[in-house]
Amino acid sequence: MTRRIASFLVPLAVALGITALLLIVAGAPPLEALGLIGEGAFGDTTRIADTLTAWIPLGMAAAGLVVTFRAGLWNIGVEGQIIAGAIAASAVSRSAPGGPAIVIPLLLLAGVLGGALWGWLAGILRVKGRVNEIFGGIGLGFVAQSFATYLVIGPWKRAGVASTSGTEPFREETWLPTIGDTRLSWVGLTLLVIALVGVGFMLGRTRFGLRLRAVGSNPASARLLGVPANATLYWAFLWGGGLAGLAGGLLVAGLQHKLVPAIAGGRGFLAVLVVLLARNRVAFVAPIALFFAAISVGSSQLQLRLDLDSSLGAVIQGVLVLAAVLYAGWQARRVLVKRLAASAEATV
Amino acid sequence: MSLLIRNVTKRFGSLVANDNIVLELEPGALHAVLGENGAGKSTLMKLIAGTLQQDAGEIIMNGQAIPPGSPAAALTAGVGMLAQEPLVCLPFSNRENFRLGSAWDLEEATQKLRQQSQKIGFRLHPAAITRSLSVGERQQLEMVRLLARGIRLLILDEPTSGLTGQQRDQLFAALRQLATEGLMVLFVSHKLEEVNELCRTVTVMRRGKVVGETTLPKPEADLVSLMFEQAAPTQARAPIATDGSAAVELSGVDAGYGRQGIAGIDLAVARGEVIGIAGLEGSGQGALLRALSGQIALRKGRLAVSGRDLTNRRLREFRKQGVAFLPGGRLEEGLIPDLSIAEHLELANGTRFLIDWDHARTRSQASIDTFRIKGYPDTSVDALSGGNQQRVLLSLLPPKLALLVMEQPTRGLDVESAAYIWNRLLERRRDGTAIVFASSDLDEILTYSDRVLVVFDGRVIASRPASDLDAEQLGTLIGGVLAA
Repeated sequence: MTRRIASFLVPLAVALGITALLLIVAGAPPLEALGLIGEGAFGDTTRIADTLTAWIPLGMAAAGLVVTFRAGLWNIGVEGQIIAGAIAASAVSRSAPGGPAIVIPLLLLAGVLGGALWGWLAGILRVKGRVNEIFGGIGLGFVAQSFATYLVIGPWKRAGVASTSGTEPFREETWLPTIGDTRLSWVGLTLLVIALVGVGFMLGRTRFGLRLRAVGSNPASARLLGVPANATLYWAFLWGGGLAGLAGGLLVAGLQHKLVPAIAGGRGFLAVLVVLLARNRVAFVAPIALFFAAISVGSSQLQLRLDLDSSLGAVIQGVLVLAAVLYAGWQARRVLVKRLAASAEATV
Repeated sequence: MSLLIRNVTKRFGSLVANDNIVLELEPGALHAVLGENGAGKSTLMKLIAGTLQQDAGEIIMNGQAIPPGSPAAALTAGVGMLAQEPLVCLPFSNRENFRLGSAWDLEEATQKLRQQSQKIGFRLHPAAITRSLSVGERQQLEMVRLLARGIRLLILDEPTSGLTGQQRDQLFAALRQLATEGLMVLFVSHKLEEVNELCRTVTVMRRGKVVGETTLPKPEADLVSLMFEQAAPTQARAPIATDGSAAVELSGVDAGYGRQGIAGIDLAVARGEVIGIAGLEGSGQGALLRALSGQIALRKGRLAVSGRDLTNRRLREFRKQGVAFLPGGRLEEGLIPDLSIAEHLELANGTRFLIDWDHARTRSQASIDTFRIKGYPDTSVDALSGGNQQRVLLSLLPPKLALLVMEQPTRGLDVESAAYIWNRLLERRRDGTAIVFASSDLDEILTYSDRVLVVFDGRVIASRPASDLDAEQLGTLIGGVLAA
């Protein structure tokens, strides 16, 4: 356990050190800047609500990614799966009649299905076509992105104007109910908690979770032990895509209230970074996703108060993950050396 | 120019791959290194060529110790190695490959390539693209390149594996000629007839040690008895409990490809029978075992288990009919490195969707006790020794089996573990389980088999009751001498 905690505390310290250097080079007092980010993320009720609102889709997509990563699948297509979910949810929002109690579950379900479909396609490419899921995912991501843009400036354009700023806002019955006058929705928050706990339970306590790990670690042996390897891969893609699609649905219904081409806004890639940093552990995904959401929301303060571009927040996130990946690589090397020695002994 | 290997030792973890090796070559030597898989031949060659670094001892060329662990230093000292797969850049032309790593310009390289190839009778067009060459020609190219760099010792590690008969003859003729000019040749192979044909002296290795040196040619049976450990006299054993009905039948089976494949195999294994497969490494054992257990598809022929046709059926069907396979690469093909013993057991035998881990640990503790595994339910299998990994694999086998197929079941195990594992296996015969296994340990084959099959070049060349064979006869059969 200490090693697991060290596995993100060490890179965190390294990343903060590098960030401090960057801030000094940019001419900003590092402590003040970090303080401002913290204040921007947690300074008052509105900001806390904004941070939690940003946490929901990020955490949701990351929870799904853990499932695919456990199966050894580098599901980089998660960005496209978010968009596919958002498109499906938008289609329901535009057309389904009825009050919030009917239409909101319906549109969220559509989001799940849209994302799951996109994940499943990556699965087919991988299993049937032997296309690596990284390339399949990137390709499918382009398709989803372009399709969203096409819908926004084509069939779903605002009356009279075609603009990439998005479709007409959907009717208010499709908006997620919020807490007080913040943007935070209890529906999204509840779903995120359920998703995180559910994925954690599934991976740790069910046969499916065990099979995922087996297939992810050594598909040949898993087959020999009776694991249906391909079916397991498909299910992993369905789970990962479904939760990413739900994140897309929540973005539409809880934040944008319309479809915009940049609906995913890089959250899928950010989710990959979150899962890398969490070393594939659900328990760590929740706080790390929250931390990333806080940096994203809080760094807007840098612009307002220090006249620094808010993209510095993204730099911090990137440096953090690089440090984490380096640290993980260094640890893996040590494990590998041990394993090589053991297997040399075993095979001769 | 001479080579002296003085007390060289190389360890991998606790395994001693080369143990205090001493070897001396005079100019013009044509010297073979023989040994079974894992004897340490390739390790020794890599040490000489500098791709591995020895833990102790010296490699001395012409009185000068070669700085260890540097291929460049070895090349400077006059050592060149021809790898099993030629190390050439396929999109390059021959002359570009030829000048790689040298200071020659293209014109110079073309000249040298022409001269050097003519000298030893190779036909290599300087401007041809290397991709268009056969494996044998690529090998010639690499050899010519090494010779042009002025090497005085040429190491060939299984050089004939991809060659046609004619290419092989060409290679041998060139090597003989070069030896008359003073080149030293170290030839690693387990093909006895080639060793006899080409070389004049031989070093035999077994389990990392030099166990014999002799001059060639020698009868192949003599060489085999040096390569393999002497078998103890076969013990009297209980007759098999069989009703004569077949556990598995192969008819006219082709499977796998090329040198590693099998062709025209007919085989019936009775219930309760134990069949040991003997043969030099790479004679088709792997493909035969994998075809029997449903791991690879048959290209031709039929396969039936307990009378039911399973030809090219899914692995799941084989499992359902009680066929299990214990692969030689335990951690690569059999176990899942990151998972614990309890997790393996749950994966293989659990049925419930929700896993009760406390219960699973209790059950795996019972397995650990039964199979005397040195580990705990939560121990990751990659932290176990080879013997304990094999015990874990055994503990995962379903209780009722029609056919158990094993590759090197006790490789790397100490004597006590091996005996223990075989006792557990033989218990299964009483329930009618047929066992087919391949091993490079003749003692193991003669001790535990009812019938011995000898494979050579992808075919079964002999099938004899184990009681009719002794180690010497088996050695002769393995060498392919009696191949009809």
